[in-house]
Amino acid sequence: MKEKIKTILPYVDLPLIILALYMVFIYAPTDSYMGDIQRIFYFHVSFAWVGFLSFFCNFVGSIMYLIKKERCWDILAVSAAEIGIAFCLIVLTTGPIWARPVWGTWWTWDPRLVTFLILTFMYAAYMTVRNAIEEETKRARFAAVIGIIAFLNVPLTYLASHLWRTIHPDVIRPGGKWGLDPAMTATLRIAVPAITIFFVILLLRRMDLEGMRDRVAELKKKIMKEA
Amino acid sequence: MGYYFKKVFLIAAKDLRIEFRSKEKIYSMMLFSLLVMVIFNFAFEPGAEYIKDVAPGILWVAFIFAASLGLSRSFVLEKEEDCMQGLMLSPLDRSGIYLGKVIGNFIFAMVIELISLPFFAVFFNLSLTSALPPLMIVIVLATFGFITVGTLFSALSVGIRGGDMILPLLLFPMQVPVIISAVKSTGLIMAGSGIDTYSQWLKLLIAFDIIFFVASFVIFEYLIEE
Repeated sequence: MKEKIKTILPYVDLPLIILALYMVFIYAPTDSYMGDIQRIFYFHVSFAWVGFLSFFCNFVGSIMYLIKKERCWDILAVSAAEIGIAFCLIVLTTGPIWARPVWGTWWTWDPRLVTFLILTFMYAAYMTVRNAIEEETKRARFAAVIGIIAFLNVPLTYLASHLWRTIHPDVIRPGGKWGLDPAMTATLRIAVPAITIFFVILLLRRMDLEGMRDRVAELKKKIMKEA
Repeated sequence: MGYYFKKVFLIAAKDLRIEFRSKEKIYSMMLFSLLVMVIFNFAFEPGAEYIKDVAPGILWVAFIFAASLGLSRSFVLEKEEDCMQGLMLSPLDRSGIYLGKVIGNFIFAMVIELISLPFFAVFFNLSLTSALPPLMIVIVLATFGFITVGTLFSALSVGIRGGDMILPLLLFPMQVPVIISAVKSTGLIMAGSGIDTYSQWLKLLIAFDIIFFVASFVIFEYLIEE
């Protein structure tokens, strides 16, 4: 069953991504104020959402590891963290590309920018800790502790920097109203699931890879013993 | 319950007693905190008008750097001669070790901050007497928030090779909400604004303190099981 999903998912996602690309570049109207640069928004938002989702997966994996002490939860946590960092870096790259012509600056200390930057820093530290520990169970345990604490910090960092200052556009306004053209909303509604499925594919592959590494380590140990 | 706290205080008292006899940590933290203020003085024009705007930031950078210096040493002592093993064998809940360490670290940090504060006022030519009571509230709340996560990560970093390099990497991003709130409220207090202008920052600090105290308290026992 799991294998089947793994084979099918890319075939589901490929047309979806092509459709998303078509909608982003051709179907969606050009923004009257920002121009074509606004089209970066669809991927920016999708990657931001998925980046956040992957840290949430890391959070769940971390908690479950501390409770159950099963290697599979640690595998989920590390895979999600790694993908999360990559996606966060995409967000932090596409953001300034858009901000330069629209806000007139590459970077500003806006809450969402600060939150994503801090998130990236925290999970970079998470990976550093993982790399510094050889012993498997200790690594998983220490990493889980950081994963939980880091995720709890997200809302507080956001709140603190929000009280501090904000200029980030609020696309989804209070009351669930979208400050967007219907065609733009439709494009976003395709782009987000396309990237989310892409994330799931990456996550499953990354988890497989981690499992294979375990297997290699196991075999190596066996050979060493025989030799 | 009273028995539990008695043992917690024994751990804190042990740390304080060791420090009181050697004084190595307090001295270096103190000097470090003063040095940060002095170095920053060179970064900005002395006597300039804007110094009042940047002063709260300098104060908190000094506090937080000094406190993290202390935190990095907090569990090193327990590593030598396998003292951690002894603590874990003692008839005390693991969370009690955490609590004792938090109390000890909190007292260290507060002592450093209270000694640094007059120097800060002198170096930056600020009058702090009227602002002192509300400032103390901010200092206590922010320091406690810093110490809760800091103690947890300190225990974590002694367990890894190159841990003292990694501790600041873990600690500083975690402290962003504390730093923003502390700097903002300190600035408002020093400017003589009323409590309603900075009460939201105090609330945020309280929220941070509670969330991370509870989370660290619960998680700590998973961290040190060997």
